[in-house]
Amino acid sequence: MSASNEAFRTCDVTGFRVHRPAEWLIRVNAVAAVVCVLIGGIYGLLVALTRWPAVHLLDAAWYYRALSGHGLNMLIFWIIFFEVAGLYFGSAVVLNSRIAAPKVGWLAFILMVAGALLVNVSILRGKADVLMTSYPPLKAEPMYYLGVILFAVGALLAVILFFATLVVAKREKTYQGSVPLFTFGLTAAAIIAIFTLAHGAAIYVPTFLWSIGLLPGIDPAIYRTVWWGLGHPSQQINVAAMISIWYLIGTLTVGSKPVNEKVCRGAFLLYILFINLASAHHLLVDPGVSSTWKVWNTSYAMYLAVVASMIHAYTVPAAIELAQRRKGYNKSLFEWLRKAPWGNPAVAGMALSVFVFGFLGGLTGPILGTEQVNIIAHNTYRITGHFHGTVVGGTTLAFMALSYYIVPLIFRRQIAFPKLANLQVWLFGLGVAGLSATMMLAGSYGVPRRHWDIAFSGAPFGVEVNPAAYMWLALMGISAIIAAIGGALYCLIAVVTVFFGKRMDSPKDLTYPVSAPAPDAGTGIAPSL
Amino acid sequence: MSINVERVWWKPVDKGEKIWIIIALMWAIFLFVMMPWWHYYGKQNPSSETYKVSPEKFQELTNRMIEQYKVGEDAGIPVVAPPPGSDVFLLARQFQWTPVLKFKKGETYRLHLSSMDVQHGFSLQPTNMNFMVLPGYDYVLTMTPTETGTFEVVCNEFCGIGHHAMVGKIIVE
Repeated sequence: MSASNEAFRTCDVTGFRVHRPAEWLIRVNAVAAVVCVLIGGIYGLLVALTRWPAVHLLDAAWYYRALSGHGLNMLIFWIIFFEVAGLYFGSAVVLNSRIAAPKVGWLAFILMVAGALLVNVSILRGKADVLMTSYPPLKAEPMYYLGVILFAVGALLAVILFFATLVVAKREKTYQGSVPLFTFGLTAAAIIAIFTLAHGAAIYVPTFLWSIGLLPGIDPAIYRTVWWGLGHPSQQINVAAMISIWYLIGTLTVGSKPVNEKVCRGAFLLYILFINLASAHHLLVDPGVSSTWKVWNTSYAMYLAVVASMIHAYTVPAAIELAQRRKGYNKSLFEWLRKAPWGNPAVAGMALSVFVFGFLGGLTGPILGTEQVNIIAHNTYRITGHFHGTVVGGTTLAFMALSYYIVPLIFRRQIAFPKLANLQVWLFGLGVAGLSATMMLAGSYGVPRRHWDIAFSGAPFGVEVNPAAYMWLALMGISAIIAAIGGALYCLIAVVTVFFGKRMDSPKDLTYPVSAPAPDAGTGIAPSL
Repeated sequence: MSINVERVWWKPVDKGEKIWIIIALMWAIFLFVMMPWWHYYGKQNPSSETYKVSPEKFQELTNRMIEQYKVGEDAGIPVVAPPPGSDVFLLARQFQWTPVLKFKKGETYRLHLSSMDVQHGFSLQPTNMNFMVLPGYDYVLTMTPTETGTFEVVCNEFCGIGHHAMVGKIIVE
């Protein structure tokens, strides 16, 4: 062992040997994530209250600024900071290992914070009114692109540190056999992250050079093609991380174990192999690329990734059902579900995450990604509704749910306001479900996304928008308020717990218990139903 | 705690899982076949006819069409009634569509879309058909209006702070 024993503590709940430098890196990244979700949430509420026609809060310039800030702080900063914390947890802590190079972790963190600051300042100064996609020739100031690049380099270093820690753990034999499923899923996410960030570099570096005048121009069609090689697979990182968390929450809360992990692991492999080409569905109604290219790349590649999601859709609930049945909840078809520990916000959060991701976000993805359907959906609010189902109702909610375990275990504090925590996941989950559905419904009337005013004030011609769309937009605003209250409660609970929460002295103090593994039938085969 | 995870790759797959994987795979293959099949059979596809064009050239082509077929003005924007079957140009710039187009029901037109400055979105309402408009690219939609009336062209790709006021018009008689 190359690290001294003082660098480790033994967790009295899980028995893991926790490397203190890794623990500190997890803490700072988690805190940064919560700061970003708070900023992004405020922006999000302002955006939603502007798109609710009866409220129409912000003026046009500030609406687009808030929209840029909302996208970057939520989709990029909050999620990636949390994922980096998750990567260190899934490698160093779960494998009983030291983290390979703590200094690299700190460098990564500093770069990411610096990048996030530059981007936020640039947006607030009104010098980056380009929204998250920053399609050229719309141009932001160089500082904005520099911020994105710094953040991405930091994230790349963190991913490399994750791989290095896997190597260290293997070489120092801190575990035997395969890596746990959670770590395996995160490894899939990390591999996707590498080629995603490569696309990011391939497009943001030239765009930065263009913004400082070193390149004459950026071809808009090439930009879109490469940018979506970043934009879409990065959502697959989130999916892989989210599903890993679903499995982990199942294990923590009901002691579940998948029926056959080979199946789950195989599905993660499908994500790695086939997801990147599916980003072609963002270009279905673009000039530039041919129909053959569009049809081929969206059909074969996307549907193999869909198979992977379908497999998880079976194995995640099956693992939980199996564990519950082995505990004796065998009466009727659904006793296992009724008797799940619903008082635990991680359980309720995960269940809502599975539901919203599966039925609102996931299901609509392959529909909108069809060549013909895309004509009536492209750049309408339907798209916004779809990805709020996946990345907010799915990923963000799963991250929130896991926080109720990670925060006590890593910060050694008891969750403040445990009753509010239960309310928090329900408010957020149902709010986002409403948000996602109403956005899609409004979008089905042709309401555009990223649009300040569907009354089209100042336009040469009036546009008659179906009154039903106004109703859906009002319900969208109300859903957004509910989701925002849920999000605010999450930030409140996280901040109060981390800074003022009661210290944990023994496993008894754990707010939500870690379940013992469900009794093993020894066969790995589901009991007959 | 010692971590010892069983190696799983040679363990047989449970029957329930096997059935589910086969169903999922068959469904994926169905979708996979459906996509190209509907492309040829359904004939509801986005156009794939596209050319490179400089903004200057596209402006010139649009101006020439306006000079030849102008029939009036609407809100200060020229109204053009091009002959059926001809090449028709719709030019996007921050924050206006030029010109207003007058089509005849049941006739076919080749509608060329391009931008003078940044990226725009061509969103035909209330029909709700959406296509991207990029500077430097000519996107050709071959279209045959099937109903009469006034249609608005809303810009649905963010193009700057005045984006929401970018509305054009197509009249079908």
